[in-house]
Amino acid sequence: MTASQSPDDTRRGVVVEAVTIGATTGAYGVSFGALSITSGLSVWQTMALSALMFTGASQFAMVSVLAGGGSAAAAIASSGLLGLRNLFYGLRIRQILQPSPALSLPAAHLTIDESTAMALAHYDRPTPRPALAFWSTGASVFVLWNLGSLVGALGADSIGDPTRWGLDAAVPAAFLALLWPQITDRRLLQVAVTAAVVGIALTPVLSPGLPVLCAALVPFLFLRRTS
Amino acid sequence: MIWAAVLIGSAVAYTLKALGFVVPERMLDKPLVAQLVAMFPIALLSALLAVVTVADGMAVVIDARVAAVAAAAVALMLRAPFLVVVVVGAATAAFIRVF
Repeated sequence: MTASQSPDDTRRGVVVEAVTIGATTGAYGVSFGALSITSGLSVWQTMALSALMFTGASQFAMVSVLAGGGSAAAAIASSGLLGLRNLFYGLRIRQILQPSPALSLPAAHLTIDESTAMALAHYDRPTPRPALAFWSTGASVFVLWNLGSLVGALGADSIGDPTRWGLDAAVPAAFLALLWPQITDRRLLQVAVTAAVVGIALTPVLSPGLPVLCAALVPFLFLRRTS
Repeated sequence: MIWAAVLIGSAVAYTLKALGFVVPERMLDKPLVAQLVAMFPIALLSALLAVVTVADGMAVVIDARVAAVAAAAVALMLRAPFLVVVVVGAATAAFIRVF
């Protein structure tokens, strides 16, 4: 939890992290591509989602609703609800990166869990590199998520079982590693722990994706009066 | 019908992402709002981390993933670099599943 100089802080270290995250995400892209085809979408529709929607939880939600015979409106609503957390990420990313209006357009598209976590993890360091972390992670995840989706959509889903090699556990391990340096004081630790408890407690009650979104209410509990 | 869902859904997703970038900065400068904006990603990412560790659909399951995250936490306390933390997590889960 202390800020210490580590190999992760070099430019090369940041890019290695970005590519690692992209590769893990790519394996999930294979699962997404396969599920999307099984749900009745074409290869082109699958690729349109990965390239244009480009936010995993929303994509899974959309194809699941369509597979279950849901209407287009229901599919749009549930994927939109899950995409709402990207709005909260965008507020913070804009503050940190201060992108020009022209750069804000692609930056918004790349604003997802992974790129946000990386930008924040590399923001408060002795050698801060939030912009490199954000763009390299966004680009790496974009390329490998789309590549994975294509591979899965073309029917090679057998290589994409994320539980093989423990890839499903690599995801929370990576998020933990990115969250760790951000917990710089007691209040942030309380926010993180409370949010985790809220997410787990609501998992059996709400449909997938919503428990995480509800954690956005947690910061309101920890507001401090400012002088 | 599917194309409509895909394209409108993508437009909605992008609009939500972009909204975060176009909120007037004056609004975010208010002290209470600034506190919230700084805490939102931490809360969301922490909840996401917890949920991907224990959720299986709508069930809460304690399995190899929990051990993997615990092992990753130990690696972080030992100041292991990012890649090592991720590999420790994955290897722990893979190892447990062999038995």
